[in-house]
Parts: sequence; C-alpha cells; structure tokens
Amino acid sequence: MTSYTATVTVRLKRGVLDPEAETTQRALERLGFELEALRSADQFEVDLDADSADAAAERADEMAERLLANPTIHDYDVEVREAE
Amino acid sequence: MTVAVVQFGGSNCDRDAVRAFSHIGVDAERVWHEDGLPSDVDGVVLPGGFSYGDYLRAGAMAARSPIMDDVREAAEDGVPVLGVCNGAQIGCESELTPGAFTTNASARFQCETVHLRVENAATPWTAAYDEGDVIEIPIAHGEGRFEIGEDRYDDLVADDRVLFRYCDPAGNITDSANPNGSRGNVAGITGERSNVAVLMPHPERATLPDLGRSTDGQGILSAFA
Repeated sequence: MTSYTATVTVRLKRGVLDPEAETTQRALERLGFELEALRSADQFEVDLDADSADAAAERADEMAERLLANPTIHDYDVEVREAE
Repeated sequence: MTVAVVQFGGSNCDRDAVRAFSHIGVDAERVWHEDGLPSDVDGVVLPGGFSYGDYLRAGAMAARSPIMDDVREAAEDGVPVLGVCNGAQIGCESELTPGAFTTNASARFQCETVHLRVENAATPWTAAYDEGDVIEIPIAHGEGRFEIGEDRYDDLVADDRVLFRYCDPAGNITDSANPNGSRGNVAGITGERSNVAVLMPHPERATLPDLGRSTDGQGILSAFA
C-alpha cells in the first residue's frame, strides 16, 4: 500500500449560472481589477492508502460520483499524487 | 394514521409542520433521523431548515443518511412523501426527484410571499385545487433555483410532473415573478410516481389562519389526510 493524496475539483457545468462567482467578479471589478470572467470551484484533498495510483483515483472518483459532486450541475476531475 | 416529520440536526420547520397537520386534523409526529422510520408510517415529510448546516450543498448530507433508505422504501410502497424547502433539496440530492435546487440567481437568501400557478391538479398534492389556480405561499431560501438538464426538463414537462410554477398574481409565468431563477419558473415537482413531491415554498407556513395572509398551503398538506 502506498499513501496518496487525491485532489478532487468540483466545478459547475458550463452554462450553469454561478451567482456567487458573478458577485465575486463584480467585487473584484469594484476594487479596480480588470477581468473577463471568473469561475468558482470546490477542491477536496483526500489522503488515502491504495495499491496503485489508479486504484486511488478510482476510489476518489467514486467519492465524487456519490457525494462530492452533484451530477445534475457539476463536472469534476481527479488528480492523484503520492503523499509527501 | 401517522405522518412522520423527519427531524435532522438543523431542521427547523419540523414543529411548524406538525402544528399545521394538527390544524387540518392529520396525526403527525416528529421522528429523529437516527431512530429510523416507524414501520407503519402513513406519510413522510422532509421538513425545511438547514440540515447539517448546508455543508457541501444544501441537503447533500441528509440525503445520504441511513433514514433515507427507509424513506425510499416507503416511497416505493406508495406512501406519500413530501420534501419542503430543505426537504426538497434533500429529495433531489437523494434522487427521489430529478434536478437540483441550487443558489438563487440573486445570490441572496429570499424570504417573501410568492404566487404559484397549479400546473397539474391530478396529483394528491394538488387535488384540492384546479389547474390554473393561483395560490399564495411563502418561500424562505438561499438555494431554491431549480436546475435540470434541458432533456430531463422536457421529459418532466411532457410527463406532467411539474406541480407549481412561480407566477404573478394573475397567473402569468414571467421572469419577474420568478424569485430565484428556476428553470421554467418551476417551484415544485413530483418524483417518477406522484406519491413523491418536492417544493421550495412552505405550505406549513400558509396553513394556520392566524399566521399570515394565506391558508392556501392547506390543500397541499391535505394530501396526507
């Protein structure tokens, strides 16, 4: 078994309204920043032991499917690295 | 005849629901989620509130708690199951109903009275009304914008599973009458079978005559009578 950290990033699907991101963008613009667009995402770092990076990724993927993301509104991706 | 009002940590409309039921003569009691559903339950309400502090997404944690297996089983047995507000979010998160209730287009918590047009009167939840009736019921939510993929939305409409849409006082479905940016102004829908329903507005807050300007919510709760 090897220790891994799986990073799960959950984003709203393209085209799904993101009122919090819009509000944040407006606040940045009020502060004088120039920007074209802003998207928000949630990121989860999961420490886990697994036989291989693939096995760790598979488990993290299932976590996203079953809880971390809502497939109606979210896309997600999983990156796995060996824990430091 | 007992309706179980499921209480999660952070539920806060459970007592209101029980009182509203008592007013219309329906026996109801609160059931703590860890205790599971009584086996002889005649109805289930997932009440409003902020279960699990809305952690992750509103309703996400409660939807995955063990009592939801009981609720799913009851729903399959034909027992009426109603999710109100946070209960509606739980209903969608647990896939009892399709779609998702997410952040209001305004990005604000909105607490106000809205008008709803009855879209389908041939369900237990709307049998007290006629199609096209306009009723007045309060909302109180920050995450009530109904989102669903276009294909699934078209299926919902084609299958007549939309119960209520937000409308103006005359019953017109307009953008300005849509408080939260819901797709198609949808305020409430049924599950695959009509014994399961979710809605963001609070019928239990429009049932007692001394609690506000409308008692229009009685008709929805009378599905349990």
